[in-house]
Amino acid sequence: MSELLEILIRVAVVLAAFLTLPLLVGQMEHKAMAHMQSRLGPMYAGAFHGWAQLVADGVKFAQKEQIVPAAADARIFRLAPAIALLPYFVVLALIPIAPDVVGQSLDSGLFVVLAIMGVGVLGTLMAGWASANKYALLGGMRQAAQLMAYELPFVLAAASVATAAGTLSLTGIVEAWHPSWLLWQGVGAVVFFTAGLAELNRPPFDMPVADSEVIFGPYTEYGGLRFALFLLAEYAGIVVLCLLTAVLFLGGWQGPFGDSLVWTLTKGAMLAFVVIWLRVSFPRLREDQLQRLAWQGLVPLALVQLAVTGVVKVTV
Amino acid sequence: MTTSDRPRRTLPGSGLVKGLGVTLRSMTKRSVTEQYPDVKPELPPRSRGVIALLEESCTVCMLCARECPDWCIYIDSHKEVVPATEPGARDRTRNMLDRFAIDFSLCMYCGICIEVCPFDALFWSPEFEYAELDIRDLVHEKDRLRDWMWTVPAPPAADTAAQEPKEVTAARKATEEPSS
Repeated sequence: MSELLEILIRVAVVLAAFLTLPLLVGQMEHKAMAHMQSRLGPMYAGAFHGWAQLVADGVKFAQKEQIVPAAADARIFRLAPAIALLPYFVVLALIPIAPDVVGQSLDSGLFVVLAIMGVGVLGTLMAGWASANKYALLGGMRQAAQLMAYELPFVLAAASVATAAGTLSLTGIVEAWHPSWLLWQGVGAVVFFTAGLAELNRPPFDMPVADSEVIFGPYTEYGGLRFALFLLAEYAGIVVLCLLTAVLFLGGWQGPFGDSLVWTLTKGAMLAFVVIWLRVSFPRLREDQLQRLAWQGLVPLALVQLAVTGVVKVTV
Repeated sequence: MTTSDRPRRTLPGSGLVKGLGVTLRSMTKRSVTEQYPDVKPELPPRSRGVIALLEESCTVCMLCARECPDWCIYIDSHKEVVPATEPGARDRTRNMLDRFAIDFSLCMYCGICIEVCPFDALFWSPEFEYAELDIRDLVHEKDRLRDWMWTVPAPPAADTAAQEPKEVTAARKATEEPSS
């Protein structure tokens, strides 16, 4: 009985984090992006500097009509937002914030996390196909191409870290981490983070949802709560990617003045800021530039990183 | 192609870093957004918000109404006889203003009426918050135009290098002794 209770509490805590952290990132995006563009961003909702803007947005989305296009594959269309969102929830439960602060610690944590994160993109593909809309289909195709291109360097960079640590357990990787990793795993970190951004469709890699070309790509036909779920999935993806990068490459809870979960969260928050910063600073990559960056840039870099890691691991 | 035309060799990715620098720098600066309904804007002097009428100065000469490109000024008046004050003198007539209205739905804020007024009865006021739900309410009658007078700011001080106002010059010439 107490075991069941413990599981329930763990799920509740992870759920709370899953619902609040993306909102924090979203609010940070609102404000940081606004100030980078010499604007103020939301100022009214919640009276103090628009802190409740995303809550208000959520309320607005919940009130809207749930429309399923007549020609759409209704079942898949309705299922897609859940497929897009749930994997990030599961992944969040597996990422350790501190040695004992983790939803569920797994020995093959890295493997499971990467596998499940790949599922999230399926939701977007399903949405693109089931909408019966040419823009959605175009966006879905681009999404598929992007997934193919960027999943490879993403996994290769993660493999490099796993090789260096000699374990697939996320907790084990952080414990094996040493500040020198910043140097000899630095390329892997950049590749991992960039490829992760591309999988999340974050600008400058947002070709599948490029509003000036394909309206909103796979999400074109979505509105109301389902659209909100896709948005939540995007921000949950940012949270997961940033925490994962912090855990794999930046030493997680290790830091000066003692190990603490504050370090993991700080590193994650700084990476989330970088995500927003990149979005504001760079224009969107063209489809062919996207593919070239993946196949001619990130994949070779990731392979070199993996080779270097292997050589160092064997010789040292 | 001379050497100076050739693009300078830079480190790969330096353009990306420069872009990041631009956004980070503008984040540290104050944003330019005006918090309008909460904070009133600071308008420059001589802002053209609304036209005010100093009714007491108006002689119903009709110059403003005739010069108005939009014909948006309506003036009605009548003459009143001022009886002679001394025996043998004749009665005088005065123009009395009955109606002075500006239709701000037609007005294009050219300011010609203000320029042309020989008696300084019309003024620019910086007030601009007089939107209406009904377009007909944008016709401001003379009492409303008179009320705008309270919002007319004092004229800004003349530029230090500016010419002396003609009135001052004339007054000075009248009091000074001829130099020659």
